[in-house]
Amino acid sequence: MKEKIKFVQGNEACVEGALYAGCNFFAGYPITPSTEIAELLAARLPQSGGKFIQMEDEIASMCAIIGASLTGSKTMTATSGPGFSLKQEAIGYAIMAEIPCVIANVQRGGPSTGTPTHVSQGDVMQARWGTHGDHAIVAMTASNIQDVFEITIEAFNIAETFRTPVILLFDEVVGHMREKLVIPEKEKLQVIERLRTSVPPGTDYHPYFPRKDGRLPMSDFGGEHRYNVTGLFHDMWGFPTDKPEIVHNLMRHLVDKIENDPKHICKTKQYFLEDAKTVLVSYGASARTALEIVNYSRMRDRKVGLLELQTIWPFPKEIVSKICNQAERVIVVEMNMGQVLELVRANVKNPEKVYLCNRYDGNLVNIDDVKNVLRVVEGRGI
Amino acid sequence: MDSYKIVFSGSGGQGVITAAIVLAEAAVVYDKLHAVQAQSYGPEARGGATRSDVIISDEKINYPKVSSPNLLVCLTQEAYNKFSNIVMPGGMIITDPKYVVISKSDATQLELPMYDTVVEKVGNPICFNTCMLGVVVKISNMVKVESIIKVFESRMPQKFVEINIKALKVGMELVSK
Repeated sequence: MKEKIKFVQGNEACVEGALYAGCNFFAGYPITPSTEIAELLAARLPQSGGKFIQMEDEIASMCAIIGASLTGSKTMTATSGPGFSLKQEAIGYAIMAEIPCVIANVQRGGPSTGTPTHVSQGDVMQARWGTHGDHAIVAMTASNIQDVFEITIEAFNIAETFRTPVILLFDEVVGHMREKLVIPEKEKLQVIERLRTSVPPGTDYHPYFPRKDGRLPMSDFGGEHRYNVTGLFHDMWGFPTDKPEIVHNLMRHLVDKIENDPKHICKTKQYFLEDAKTVLVSYGASARTALEIVNYSRMRDRKVGLLELQTIWPFPKEIVSKICNQAERVIVVEMNMGQVLELVRANVKNPEKVYLCNRYDGNLVNIDDVKNVLRVVEGRGI
Repeated sequence: MDSYKIVFSGSGGQGVITAAIVLAEAAVVYDKLHAVQAQSYGPEARGGATRSDVIISDEKINYPKVSSPNLLVCLTQEAYNKFSNIVMPGGMIITDPKYVVISKSDATQLELPMYDTVVEKVGNPICFNTCMLGVVVKISNMVKVESIIKVFESRMPQKFVEINIKALKVGMELVSK
């Protein structure tokens, strides 16, 4: 397949990314502003031998992609606000049973049905702590259509590498806006395939017995090996146990595999940070406004830079801490009441120098919003 | 070239978003420009105020929404009342007198009988939005007509391409008059 140039929505770029990464199973329940992902995959998956199924609700959709993944498919679902709430219990199951899958949450305003057609970034903390119990999670985002495509591929790669659900935390503006997308030739971008066990059929296969490098080879469920899968704490055969040392070690394993590998998982984009006195920290659609302000400020010789987060969870603490500690002041630009603000404050020496520029009225943070906050915190008047 | 900003507004179902997409896609895919198209709409399937923003530029575009457009198209009175004051100084508002009664504005206002002309010359009101697109293509002068036609050919069933090209030209001629 040759390189292709398209003019598409973020949601369509997500579909192209998923297909490039080898997604061959989607289960979902359509919900604005994520609907186009389901709609397009319904058309595209059957063309390449994949399966699309519209389930009765969001809970069933989440369970379906877990089951399909376990049998050997690369799977995803897409949702928003209320649907993301419903999926939380099953996301916890995928974390515990270590089943790779991708969940796109194109964020809209909440709580409840909120503002279905308007933008928000209010699910940052829900992505982290929506399911119960201690755990680690991966959540990634993007601010433009090309990045949506690439980060979706990355999400599938991380899901396979770490055997974990990965959340794509997009937003309505990026999901619905159209921009240029270049789809590279096959094999130009790295796609990580499922690691399957080399244990011969009829021999004992331990689904939760890690290799030397810590990875857990899988066996397509219902295929050559018999094994158990459960949401309970389990031993290396997959059978339930409440032995304290096994519970303790599994808990550590589930958290450490994600938290201990920030270099592999934590992605950021950095603009004009070398000499920045004011650092803007942003992500998703708000990072577009922030970047516009960085360009505007640089034209006026003001030393403003942007740290764009592409990985939200695990939170890129080290990068944020290093960059923000060098700056005189930090402004977090986001569309919620300060969810990433608190994370940045927790990871810098002078939290009182971290300010918030936000909106939670269903509109994209605009250029004047950021200009005004910048003027005030730089001491150039009110 | 600076960036050129257009806001298309009207009612859900009139095709304002489709027209905006065709224009921006032509700019990006065939004219090798940068373009972003964003939209806002309510929870209704039909009716309600619909708006689509297009920015065309030779540079990368960051902020995707338009606060003060060079060109504003209003296809309903509701859209006109809501948006007519956002046009930038020296900008232009395009309306169809069949649907919009204009009031005083600092912007240049161009009233064109797009609906009646397209019905008369093409015989199908479904091309109303394409006729409006023809007007925009002619006035904005950012995107080649051939590029718009290429988008039609790549996106529409063959039988609709011809009447849409016709409607596009009707719109362009309306401006020339």
